[in-house]
Amino acid sequence: MQKTRYAAAAVAAVAALTLSACGGGGDSAESGSGSSAEGGGETLRIGIKFDQPGLGYDEGGSYSGFDVDVAKYVANELGVSEENIEFVEAPSANRENLLANEQVDMIFATYSITDTRKETVDFAGPYFVAGQDLLVPTDSDITGPEDLEGKNLCSVTGSTSAQKIKDQYPGVQLVEQPGYAECVTAMGGGQIDAVTTDDIILAGLASQEANAGKFKVVGNTFSEENYGVGLPKGSTERCEEVNAAITKMIEDGAWEEALTSNTEGADYAYNEDLNPPTPAPCA
Amino acid sequence: MENYLSLFETYDVPAAFWVNIQLSFWAAIWALAIGTVLALFRISPIPSLQWFGAAYVNIFRNTPLTIILAFGFLGLFSVMQISLADELDVSLFRIAIVGLALYHAAFACEAIRSGVNTVPLGQAEAARAIGLSFLPAARLIILPQAFRGAIAPLGNVLIALIKNSTVAAAGSVATEASGLMKTMIEFRSDLVIPIFLTFALGFVILVIPIGLLTTWASRKLAVAR
Repeated sequence: MQKTRYAAAAVAAVAALTLSACGGGGDSAESGSGSSAEGGGETLRIGIKFDQPGLGYDEGGSYSGFDVDVAKYVANELGVSEENIEFVEAPSANRENLLANEQVDMIFATYSITDTRKETVDFAGPYFVAGQDLLVPTDSDITGPEDLEGKNLCSVTGSTSAQKIKDQYPGVQLVEQPGYAECVTAMGGGQIDAVTTDDIILAGLASQEANAGKFKVVGNTFSEENYGVGLPKGSTERCEEVNAAITKMIEDGAWEEALTSNTEGADYAYNEDLNPPTPAPCA
Repeated sequence: MENYLSLFETYDVPAAFWVNIQLSFWAAIWALAIGTVLALFRISPIPSLQWFGAAYVNIFRNTPLTIILAFGFLGLFSVMQISLADELDVSLFRIAIVGLALYHAAFACEAIRSGVNTVPLGQAEAARAIGLSFLPAARLIILPQAFRGAIAPLGNVLIALIKNSTVAAAGSVATEASGLMKTMIEFRSDLVIPIFLTFALGFVILVIPIGLLTTWASRKLAVAR
């Protein structure tokens, strides 16, 4: 009986969530006065990851990481000071909806530019070119995906990285977990030989205090991910402004500085052939 | 629409649901077996067994399933290095079944106990009067009637189990429905809402017949008194 009551409550909760998702426009109309007005003392709602150390990480209300630093710089160039930024969590599966419902104004959340995504959102940037790589224990002799035959590899359920391994390296035993933190914990236990995703995410994980010195990024990337700034469809003007800000950030050295400080202690060097990138022209 | 249909060429949705059905099937059998033993413990005349049954039910019923399955992966698999099969994915699949079974056994136990409560006290007294001790009385008199009274609540447990089988993704069974849904959303972000609805509909299709069947069976098989 109790179970049925729980189930009824769950149904009600799901219904409420669905309804609020549909009615999201109403919500943002109140808090979103900043989205339409440009500059001034306006606020900006920026979607970031909350769970990726080194990129977008929630440290009890303050946010750190490379995505966050780029977001702050760009916001500043758009005339929005740091205390007027409202950071919103943007999990991978929700990013398009957050933009379409105007619950956020822009997204800096390891958001790779792809053609499918371009159908529903606009991208500024790229501001970084990452590549899929491997994180292995410091004493491991794995040097690339070719060495993974028969080994246990961990990635996140449903991610692009996981799919690429399934398609291109069928001999690898792939373990899929809800988050990279679980993968790294399992690798610490010794049952997992390597963790795979974009190199900069791995560097962020490796530079966490608890993991310092235990893992290394292999540095042999086998894909190209262009991290862009997600914008609602049809914001060409805003896209130009963001691109200008990114170009300025790269030129004045703040970009390099942000990258170095956020991957400190991870023994990581970004791919210098592809970085820093030149923002693509806005559509 | 054509866009939407192309999803089914790239992604094998029925295969993902089949994984959930397999998870639910094995977990349901184990949960029913463990739950029956626990129910016996709880109605037994031995205080230590009663205590164990009650403690098990309270602990597992009040622990989130995600935590149990995450423990199966991080605790049993990663740290204690327990393997239930030679192949990694089979091993993780079985660990997920163990987690699902242990959790739902607590609910199955309570469903069976509610069935026991439908058996009039006189039945137990009559069994005792003709010389049956606890186990034969339970096996021959109490449980057969209790199960017939517990079909509807057991059906509810099964329905919950089918839907909860998606949590097996936390235990690394990524081939099941919610794992495939994540993959589809990652690659086809232009069709997020149709993808959600597809999977919601899939579960409705799976669950509704079970609800109808258990309601029908509970009427048909109820002990007429």
